[in-house]
Amino acid sequence: MNIIVLMKQVPEIEKVRFDPEKGRLDRSSAGATTNPFDLNALEAAVSMGPMKAEEMLRDAIARGADRAILLSDEMFAGADTLATAYTLSAAIKKIGSFDLVICGEKTVDGDTAQVGPEVAEFLNIPHVAFVEEILQVDSCSITVKARMERSSYIIRLSLPALITVTKDVNNPRLPTLRDKLRAMRTPITIWGYKDLAEVADPRYFGFEGSPTRVVKVYTPTAERRRGQMISGQPEEIAQKIVQVLLENKVL
Amino acid sequence: MAAALKTGLTADCVDLDLDDDGNLLQIRPAFSGNIMAQIKTRTKPQMATVRYRVMKPLNRDPCRRGEVIVREAEVPEGTGIEILDKVEIMGVNISEADIIVAAGRGLKSPEDFKLLQELASLLGGVLGSSRPLVDSGWIGKEHQVGFSGNVVKPKVYMAFGISGAPQHLFGMRDSDIIIAVNKDPSAPIIGVSDYYVVGDLYEVIPPLINEIKRVKGLVK
Repeated sequence: MNIIVLMKQVPEIEKVRFDPEKGRLDRSSAGATTNPFDLNALEAAVSMGPMKAEEMLRDAIARGADRAILLSDEMFAGADTLATAYTLSAAIKKIGSFDLVICGEKTVDGDTAQVGPEVAEFLNIPHVAFVEEILQVDSCSITVKARMERSSYIIRLSLPALITVTKDVNNPRLPTLRDKLRAMRTPITIWGYKDLAEVADPRYFGFEGSPTRVVKVYTPTAERRRGQMISGQPEEIAQKIVQVLLENKVL
Repeated sequence: MAAALKTGLTADCVDLDLDDDGNLLQIRPAFSGNIMAQIKTRTKPQMATVRYRVMKPLNRDPCRRGEVIVREAEVPEGTGIEILDKVEIMGVNISEADIIVAAGRGLKSPEDFKLLQELASLLGGVLGSSRPLVDSGWIGKEHQVGFSGNVVKPKVYMAFGISGAPQHLFGMRDSDIIIAVNKDPSAPIIGVSDYYVVGDLYEVIPPLINEIKRVKGLVK
């Protein structure tokens, strides 16, 4: 089974600073890390190898992805979700043969959860988002449990298909030293604008191909309330809090 | 749908407006609620989704008369998607709760949620949590309040030992009444609270439980 995993590098959200004067993120203020949901997507892919002896041996040697492609070109920059999804779908078309595409449910920087489903639409394949459990995979279908609000759905998709996975789908493994050494030796293919122009319309790449425009960015003015301090001995504090609860008729 | 229509889609808006030309201004948070972005769409239709419960539903107006257009929809065969079963999720729905008793890193052990649960039960409320405790597996994600958890608007939000990271404040700052208990007087949560106690939750909660029991006539 050929599985494609879509991944993104994001700034470390807890550390990144915002420059209110320039109205943009100071990306140098934080390191970069793999979007955490994408690790679940990768784990879902590598732990799903079909149990054929040959494949199993390959999996035992590899314990990870077999091939990596980096999409990198200035022409891809500034893409919104639609242009990103279009570019990714072009790369998948260029790869050609695949059975399944797995993405994290969303990235922690953009947080839209749109790219996966849009890729599926551009590839004209079925998809399910927010998969929390992969129940069964065979040569022509995948059955998953997906979470939507207050319900879970058991859904069977015919392959090829795309799923986006939540953190509940698995616990990503930690690579061993051997994995890391192997990864260092594995060549990474880089595809740019010209490579993808063979299979797609480059007018829909990057900033130029993005229908949405960020017109303004600002730090939210946190609504401050006139906090009233409650102090005293613990019993007095308790009485004052109860007074507030009584006044607001929640007690 | 947006991809099929080759148009823009802005996710999770917290506010929508129209500019002078009648185009949609879409306002959404980014980077875990640390920044807000105003977004316009150059293509038509302009599509946006709004975040759950950030807008108040309008009251029903029986005088309004709209035209109902009935179209026969043809569902194409062979979509490749087959729904085999649907399972309702039981348990708390914190987004609908009127009273939330929430804990943050000030909590010393997962066992101590029992203390907060007793308080929550007395008030007919549910437990809430900041993200670190959920990430540590102390409580389920359905209790998580914040940007990556649930956005809540209860009548009363009680925050015990929660410092108030932007990602948490995003999920609870529209609560009617916010009561914060924190050892650190400079904690950001205090800036968004209506009432605050500078103190230890372990010293505040037991007498508070007793006082509520007394007022409810459960003890003398």
